Amino acid sequence: MPIEIKLPAMSPTMEEGTLAKWLVAEGDEVNPGDLLAEIETDKATMELEADEGGTVAKLLVEAGSENIAVGTLIAVIAREDEDAGDVDIPADGGDPPASSETQQSSATPDVEAEQPKAGEEPASLSVEPEVPEGTEMVRMTVREALRDAMAEEMRADGKVFVIGEEVAEYQGAYKVTQGLLDEFGDKRVIDTPITEYGFAGVATGAAMGGLKPVCEFMTFNFAMQAIDHIVNSAGKTLYMSGGQMRCPIVFRGPNGAAARVGAQHSQNYGPWYASVPGLIVVSPYDAASAKGLLRAAIQSPDPVVFLENELLYGQSFDVPKLDDWVLPIGKAKVVREGADVTLVSYSIGVGVALDAAKELESDGIDAEVIDLRTLRPLDRETVLASLKKTNRLVAVEEGWPTCSISSEIQAICMEDGFDYLDAPVLRVTNVDVPLPYAENLEKAALLKLDEVVTAAKKVCYKN
Amino acid sequence: MAAKKAANAKDTGGKGEESPSRVRITEARDGIDQVPMPSRHEPSQEELTELYRRMLMIRRFEEKAGQLYGMGLIGGFCHLYIGQEAVVTGVQAAMTDADSVIGGYRVHGHMLACGISPKDVMSELTGRAAGISKGKGGSMHMFSTEHKFYGGHGIVGAPVPLGAGLAFSHKYQEDGGVAVIYFGDGAANQGQVYEAFNMAELWKLPALFIIENNQYAMGTSVNRASAEDQLYRRGESFRIEGMQVNGMDVLDVQGAAETALDWVRGGNGPVLVEYMTYRYRGHSMSDPAKYRSRDEVQDVRTKRDPIEAAKAELMKMGTDEDSLKAIEKEIREQVNEAADFAEQTPEPDLKELYTDVLVGSYG
Ligand SMILES: Cc1ncc(C[n+]2csc(CCOP(=O)(O)OP(=O)(O)O)c2C)c(N)n1
Ligand SMILES: [Mg+2]
Repeated sequence: MPIEIKLPAMSPTMEEGTLAKWLVAEGDEVNPGDLLAEIETDKATMELEADEGGTVAKLLVEAGSENIAVGTLIAVIAREDEDAGDVDIPADGGDPPASSETQQSSATPDVEAEQPKAGEEPASLSVEPEVPEGTEMVRMTVREALRDAMAEEMRADGKVFVIGEEVAEYQGAYKVTQGLLDEFGDKRVIDTPITEYGFAGVATGAAMGGLKPVCEFMTFNFAMQAIDHIVNSAGKTLYMSGGQMRCPIVFRGPNGAAARVGAQHSQNYGPWYASVPGLIVVSPYDAASAKGLLRAAIQSPDPVVFLENELLYGQSFDVPKLDDWVLPIGKAKVVREGADVTLVSYSIGVGVALDAAKELESDGIDAEVIDLRTLRPLDRETVLASLKKTNRLVAVEEGWPTCSISSEIQAICMEDGFDYLDAPVLRVTNVDVPLPYAENLEKAALLKLDEVVTAAKKVCYKN
Repeated sequence: MAAKKAANAKDTGGKGEESPSRVRITEARDGIDQVPMPSRHEPSQEELTELYRRMLMIRRFEEKAGQLYGMGLIGGFCHLYIGQEAVVTGVQAAMTDADSVIGGYRVHGHMLACGISPKDVMSELTGRAAGISKGKGGSMHMFSTEHKFYGGHGIVGAPVPLGAGLAFSHKYQEDGGVAVIYFGDGAANQGQVYEAFNMAELWKLPALFIIENNQYAMGTSVNRASAEDQLYRRGESFRIEGMQVNGMDVLDVQGAAETALDWVRGGNGPVLVEYMTYRYRGHSMSDPAKYRSRDEVQDVRTKRDPIEAAKAELMKMGTDEDSLKAIEKEIREQVNEAADFAEQTPEPDLKELYTDVLVGSYG
């Protein structure tokens, strides 16, 4: 079989080309790498090289020919042991191949979206654990709950370790990792240099290598330097490997506005990460959720972005004293039942929504409050079930309004809850500006209780 | 600039009389143990035959991939490894089964060197269900946990901290493995590389950092992008010992890798090896290659080709033409078989669109 030279596609978009010039003649000997021709493509003039050596038997298109389709046979080269004067020229050689059936059809696939199939390991309970009557409740801060969750998982699984800036000797910039170094030693509680991109990459690689890292960012503002590894390395590898490469890692740390630290230190990244398929995003409000969900996140075989809030660290809540206090990822919680209007929020916004509900009560409005807890996958069912009951909904978010979790909630209500709606879904968020420093301006920019109350009254047509 | 680059390539990668040093190591410094000067691996005829076979496999595989691309069977970007075969082949020969490998987007050769079948790789290139990533990764995103090949990463520089993380996990699990981390001369300018160097040395991670210096990052020559163009010295401020080695001779490559791996396995922390190599083809398939002359490419190809060199050495050892031809034939058959398979095997089922996003099911 002689070597057939067909007009190659030289770029992803090339469909035809011009044979500007032959650089060999019939009868010439060619070696691998020798130039055969100059080809003009839609983008540039490129040179066509011989892969293999031999003798040029036939040139099938003339120099200067234009609009030659990719795949057209343009020359034949006789191999070393063949006679250049007597090679077979394939009869159909001049025809370009029928439009390649290998190209994906551009139409959207008409298959039903399937639920992702369960992995071999159950990720976590998908039901809320029962809290049996008489269970002891322990009052603890969100900070302590998070620390206990890490410690319990580290005791249970030797592959779990904590890595980040100031997590070990300093006991955590916000003291969330307090005591872990003492109990687990410096093999498992690791202080890093101030190199977010680097240590997020190292932690992600360690997860790919079979470990279960808990990677703390001092705050998520600094994780912007590491977002490439969170999204591109941790979030996409399972898919790109056809399900082979797992990346069981938790990226955690405080997120959202703290107090008076200005624009670069105050931002809510919930919507950013929640837009990425391949990541799980959790953002708890109270201590019980913080503990149960962080344990679930560490146990999960998938990469989890776990968004805490500095202003909540010191707040105390009741946590059931149960060994298996692990909460389901992907399940929202109705934290206050009501009949007239639904307030949907997460993280620190849940506190604002609960306060608003109290105030609305005195105005005779019975508000239901939902804590989303997980931002991806978002629990649409719980939101829609509540909407079906109250027919009115306000999304409440400590974050910017544009392309937010609130706008996602509004979209869900439009798409799947339209028939239940008695009023437009409203959102109450931060003001759409970088967070200012001055006390009065900061206050004016952040999520406000009275705006939530006003919005709730508005959708109830009770202004 | 270009002239300086060419001279530099000759010094360090050249062969015979015109190369004063096939190997350099970082200068001795107070308080830092110096990595030993490596020597060229001395193979048996059988060993060299195997190295030759593996390099030839990569070459023929890549040529075929280029052809399939030309026929429209491979889409997107396709970065060929032609010219650089000696690097991965020599390094792999020095490794053990406990070691892991990670690299960038020019890794078809690395996968073959790890023992992954040509069919699995080629059918990923054509985007088929039988591909190693079920057709969902493509040329730049392939993985095989079974063969300890951890990708296959399209973001320049990313494999360096990820690889340091693999090294971290080898150390944590005390499995005796070393993470072998490949990146390019262009990638060597990424900030994350130096963050990873710092932690790797600080924590004495078992990592072998390999820069495949093929002289260009797309169209930018090393000298146009790198203030310190002696890339093996790039670890010095982190106390990482470096070697610069001729990457066009598979035995030089193997010898240096053996020395480096011994050092890393000895608990001395990482080593950085810069292999001076050359890519014959464009950066990707759609590269008109106007940044270098034809003569430069043909010069390397005719004078320093690693496969031709191994062949000549084998013949000196007494291998006859016929046995070399038999190897060539056998490889062509395997590659053709892989290509035919990759062309005919079906595309992924449309329901695969939704699988492998997450391992668990939630909510
Ligand atoms: C972060 C990032 N920037 C840019 C690119 C686009 N890009 C792909 S390859 C490449 C050149 C890299 O050259 P080098 O590291 O020398 O590797 P080689 O291609 O020579 O193997 C560039 C700029 C990318 N993939 N990732
Ligand atoms: Mg390069």
